[in-house]
Amino acid sequence: MTFQALDIHKSFGDTEVLKGVSLSMDEGEFVALLGPSGSGKTTLLNIIAGLAHADRGQLLFAGEDITRLPAGQRHFGFVFQNYALFRHMTVAQNIAFGLRVLPRKSRPSRSAIAARTRELLEMIEMADLADRFPAQLSGGQRQRVAMARALAIEPRLLLMDEPFSALDAQVRQSLRESVRDLQRKAGVGAIMVTHDRAEAWALADRVAVMNEGHIVQFDRPEVLSSNPSSDFVRLLVRADAA
Amino acid sequence: MTRFILIALSLLFLGLMVILPVIAIFHRAFADGFGAYRAAILDPETLAAIRLTVIATLLVLPLNVIFGVAAAWAIARFRFVGRRVLLILIEIPFAVSPIVAGLCFLLIYGAYGPVGALLEPYGVQLMFNLTGIVLVSAFVTCPFVMREVLPVLMVTGEDEELAAVTLGANGWQIFRHVVLPNISWGLAYGVVLTMARAMGEFGAVSVVAGAIRGQTMTLPLQIELMYNDYNATGAFAAATVLTALALVTLVLRGVLNRFGPKREAHA
Repeated sequence: MTFQALDIHKSFGDTEVLKGVSLSMDEGEFVALLGPSGSGKTTLLNIIAGLAHADRGQLLFAGEDITRLPAGQRHFGFVFQNYALFRHMTVAQNIAFGLRVLPRKSRPSRSAIAARTRELLEMIEMADLADRFPAQLSGGQRQRVAMARALAIEPRLLLMDEPFSALDAQVRQSLRESVRDLQRKAGVGAIMVTHDRAEAWALADRVAVMNEGHIVQFDRPEVLSSNPSSDFVRLLVRADAA
Repeated sequence: MTRFILIALSLLFLGLMVILPVIAIFHRAFADGFGAYRAAILDPETLAAIRLTVIATLLVLPLNVIFGVAAAWAIARFRFVGRRVLLILIEIPFAVSPIVAGLCFLLIYGAYGPVGALLEPYGVQLMFNLTGIVLVSAFVTCPFVMREVLPVLMVTGEDEELAAVTLGANGWQIFRHVVLPNISWGLAYGVVLTMARAMGEFGAVSVVAGAIRGQTMTLPLQIELMYNDYNATGAFAAATVLTALALVTLVLRGVLNRFGPKREAHA
């Protein structure tokens, strides 16, 4: 068990967004957090990333308590919904950023960073676009840059917030494959937030269905389909398939 | 027809109110010949005033850049008690008459004011010297940088900064590599406005400068002094320097306007 969230609570003002959520995943596993908007899935992801803090509960990574660890020290890659690429940096500079800001003693040499950047550019098949700026890229290209940038730091866990929602249906299909492929190649566990059942089914080893601040069922897609634990899951699985 | 009248009216107004006075400054400055103009500019008191104005402006700039950027970043990114108050307070220098501002500073930081009296035993004098000039100039110009930077920060949003956080960047690295490049045009614009205002400020500075000839006279004060001394050539010659400085900032503004947003759209 590499990553565990234990009994996470979070409120914004009077609204309780997470009501005691627990989740544990295996090494290299791809987990999807699936649920309607307002179910708390993005808040949970932000808490895992360290961009928000839980009121109560614990986060463990490989047995280490990381609940209070600052986001930058968790070494989790994060792919934002709108990608949040650095608009004034080229594709190559975006990808290299996480390596360039490392403390001097652990920072790779300039040439090592360049080599690693080239490797990632080839992995996302964008070597010829290294000097483009984000504004000059298509949505799908931006998404791949965001992936490469997150993977550049060799993260212990990859977190993705609705990584395909800004793309049209066709690009979405082809990118699913490439995201899964990149994640496997990097050999890193991944948590993806989505409200799209098909997406979760296509990508995830296990899906955590969320509703109103709870994880209502957490299992492999085929089990969710064949053996839903509640009407909510049954409807969710069926509504989309129909 | 309407179009013709509107254009004619604007041009006439601009001509009478802006262009003519600027021409008049240069005309009067050179009325006694180039030699007289040269002599007036090279007058030690005028040179001292030019130097003081430039020094004061260069000291005000970093103060307001640091404060303005810090305030804008805080207001744009954090929700804290007093945030709205800060947003309103920062506009006060625009609303208060500069001469009133000068008097307030004198009241507080002068030898008989609470802060001035506190410092006096240590031989520290804040008013009637460069420090006083810098303080009041910083006050009257303090909203410029913040007001130019804040909307840019609002528009660019927080996402890039959060991305930098997850990639392990520390606060300084985020500022240096992510925030600063994004706000650079707004910041440059704020700097130009601050410069123009700091160099031209008369009212507030006149109260706290103490009017020591050749020592605490900034360019605007020196111009008034010479004019009151019936030294019109000297006054207008000095005025051409101030006007030229203003024209330079105007050109800088134009350049920023022309290239700033355009490049932003590209990147």
